[in-house]
Amino acid sequence: MKFGVIRFPGSCDEVDAQLACQRVGEAEILWHADRDLRGVDAVVVPGGFSYGDYLRAGAIARFAPVMVEVAEFARAGGLVLGICNGFQVLCEAGLLPGALLDNANLRFVFRQVSLVVVSSDSPFTRACEPDRPLSIPVKHMTGCYYAPPELLRGLQERDQVLLRYAPGHNPNGSLRDIAGVCNAARNVFGLMPHPEHAVDPLTGSIDGLAIFQSIRAAVADRLAV
Amino acid sequence: MPTVSPSDQRHRQLGLTDGEYALIVQQLGRHPRDTELAMLSLMWSEHCAYKHSRTTLRRLPTEGPAVLMGPGENAGVVDVGGGLGVAFKVESHNHPSAVEPFQGAATGVGGILRDIFAVGARPIAVLDSLRFGEPTSERSRYLLEQAVAGIAHYGNSVGVPTVGGEIYFEAAYEQNCLVNAMCLGLAPIGRLIRSAAAGPGNVLVLLGALTGRDGIGGASVLASAELGEGDAAKRPSVQIGDPFAEKKLLECSLELLESELLISLQDLGAAGLTSAASEMASGGGVGLDIDCDRVPLRELGLAPFEIMVSESQERMLCVVAPDRVAEVVAACERWETRATPIGEVTDSGRMRVRHAAELVADLPVSILVDDCPVYDLAPTEPVGVSLYPAPPATLAPDASAAETLLALLGSANLASRRLVYEQYDPIVQSRTVRRPDEADAAVLALPTGEALAVAIDGNGRRVACDPRAGAAEAVYECAANLTCVGATPLGLTNCLNFGNPEKPHVAWQLTEAVEGIAQACRALGVPVVGGNVSLYNEAPTDAIYPTPVIGMVGRLPDPARAGRLRFARAGDAIALVGPFAPTRAGSEVAKLSGHELAGPLPIMQTAAVRDAQDTVRTMVNAGALHNAHDIAEGGIGVALAECCVAGGIGARVALPAGLDPFAEALGQGFLVSGPDVALTGLAIIGRVGGDALELEGVLTVAVAELAAARDGGLARFL
Repeated sequence: MKFGVIRFPGSCDEVDAQLACQRVGEAEILWHADRDLRGVDAVVVPGGFSYGDYLRAGAIARFAPVMVEVAEFARAGGLVLGICNGFQVLCEAGLLPGALLDNANLRFVFRQVSLVVVSSDSPFTRACEPDRPLSIPVKHMTGCYYAPPELLRGLQERDQVLLRYAPGHNPNGSLRDIAGVCNAARNVFGLMPHPEHAVDPLTGSIDGLAIFQSIRAAVADRLAV
Repeated sequence: MPTVSPSDQRHRQLGLTDGEYALIVQQLGRHPRDTELAMLSLMWSEHCAYKHSRTTLRRLPTEGPAVLMGPGENAGVVDVGGGLGVAFKVESHNHPSAVEPFQGAATGVGGILRDIFAVGARPIAVLDSLRFGEPTSERSRYLLEQAVAGIAHYGNSVGVPTVGGEIYFEAAYEQNCLVNAMCLGLAPIGRLIRSAAAGPGNVLVLLGALTGRDGIGGASVLASAELGEGDAAKRPSVQIGDPFAEKKLLECSLELLESELLISLQDLGAAGLTSAASEMASGGGVGLDIDCDRVPLRELGLAPFEIMVSESQERMLCVVAPDRVAEVVAACERWETRATPIGEVTDSGRMRVRHAAELVADLPVSILVDDCPVYDLAPTEPVGVSLYPAPPATLAPDASAAETLLALLGSANLASRRLVYEQYDPIVQSRTVRRPDEADAAVLALPTGEALAVAIDGNGRRVACDPRAGAAEAVYECAANLTCVGATPLGLTNCLNFGNPEKPHVAWQLTEAVEGIAQACRALGVPVVGGNVSLYNEAPTDAIYPTPVIGMVGRLPDPARAGRLRFARAGDAIALVGPFAPTRAGSEVAKLSGHELAGPLPIMQTAAVRDAQDTVRTMVNAGALHNAHDIAEGGIGVALAECCVAGGIGARVALPAGLDPFAEALGQGFLVSGPDVALTGLAIIGRVGGDALELEGVLTVAVAELAAARDGGLARFL
């Protein structure tokens, strides 16, 4: 299978994401200005500060030409993973519910956090063991997940919250410790922690691999059908 | 021959002496024009010409087997094997940070990044060395918070990890904070590029941001003369950073180099276009013609001297063959980065600047770069005077050893830096093998399978006590940090932060410190590949401690075995390695006790220290140890406590007879732990285990209490 990782001007973690994807499949970089996903099987919207993020995180990237294709790909059921800035972009694009606000303490935070897998019933978490927490780093300025109460209730009822920060590990003030949510169709997933920075024992944990392995398995199932 | 008119004092306001001005007039055979005077005043400044430090800096050894580029280029480069070079440099941004700490620190990072990609290397790591007044001062807390936020804003946004650094708080830095930033970059050796311009007829292309009136600095005297007082002259002269523009400029520059479109590349830093163009022309022995009308401006109406000295950020200058200009412009368009031909290389040996069809500057390149007079310092050792007031005592004279240890761990200088480093991204680019607080040096994996290690150090208080020994200690301390992760030093960069060198005692501090660095470099076989000098760090009321900051880069064979500082396993033996004979001179405990600064520092037993480094490095690389940590500020007591806190486990230790647990000798002693068999032949002083640190007959403190003291030290203030 082949992943496509988008590069906006200001993306920082696109090569890291490509390296992580290459541990389970092929991966190539997709240029923001091209309306072309080059036939990839899954799209990763990576971390960074797209277009500088001076206005509001993700607010400009959602208008990038490539995002037209990403939205179309998602509507057709294609798997889209948004990491950190990618999560912000997907929320701004309306492909994911809710919004990300500045961290509660108004400071950038880097920290290795523990995550609880709330649901392994998704193409992004199916390879995760339900009772085993994941150790994955966060690093962001704008990671406080927010949704109005009604939407929050709906997300929970529809099992769209896939990852939460473990008790005491919420680094940014996210409501209900939400670290990652998917859309109602369960084919678009955004998370603030960086699974691509948890794929090599030399540089940290390997708990992030399960996310990429999940995507690979889901794509393989689809291709097999 | 024209003479200096006594009524014309503009050169004085621009920082040139009457003698220097007379020399310019003599060399030119005429008075300089306004634009020329602005250019010359900056090129002849201490910052560009090193006129008070050049002679002293010649004492530093600059050659070694791994050196690919030495001082004089945008950054030094060492060979790390596998066809790869590592470029690195440290630079100061002290004065701007004291005026506007967020932008000052942010643009400090931006500037050092450009120095690195100017030689063709991709920046892979940033480190910062910061000095502020005591955190009890509101100004210091403001400077700290804003400087850290500025570094985070810039470094995080450009996708370069901030992997390490250091912060000290001393009253001497209350007015003049220090913000030094270091950057490392990685490049295939064949892709390294120098700044020397070449090939008359080739085109000079300006890349990146628009040119505005920011950072015009000393030349504002001309601005007021031309534009009316209270107008442009009073605009803030601190540059504003745009990390997004830098990120695009970085990617774009590296892409241009990869496509072999550039003949030479140079960043625009201090003195802007003037300095960049002069250095390129001088390096290549050519001339340059620049057309100011073609420089893209942020606002209308800039005078040519403003265009030539503007320090607007995120700009680079390159030389391109005429038939490749279109390709350069197209590649830059893809990255939404401006590329504008502004002039051409000539064989005239002159810097000629045109504006509105008029020749506004026509100077030999040599007068800009080579003819600034070099001054000999007049160093005099201050005898019988105390230069710095004794700090107020914060530790009771009858404090117990346990109370002293907790006070040290909670002191501003030794407390946990977690609140600071958590604001930086240390892992982007997926190379970081050892993160902050995991080891004494940052470790970055190389594509060759080996790894780099890097550390930055400089304790100004100890240099103030004894400039030669204190500066040497900083080199040894850096080497010790590299040793603890298993790395062999390849080279170092330094930033010399001092007061006014025209004062005899400052000249003495500077010459002694440089001598100390030179001696340590020779003893350890580590060349100096580049650096920066920041002088005149003084306010009317105080001068900083003499603060040489050393950044050292090393290489280790196996990143998986890189050392860690934490105690790991109950039952492990703990050994003390090295000729560790500390004293309380210049120590943290002396500061807390309110003692006046006084030397001498412990005498460095060079050969024995080198042997100790070899011993520890060999054991780390053999994978024989569970931890390695060098003994630095706070003495062996604090070093043991740090190992315990990091590992969440205690230790029981019998200190050698007469060893003061809080006395200091930097870079000379190591704590290592591991199975007994691994430590054969070493001086075993204790064992890992339990939930308290016990120094037999001295103190017992629970690890949780040590951790709370260390974690709370800065949190009290932020």
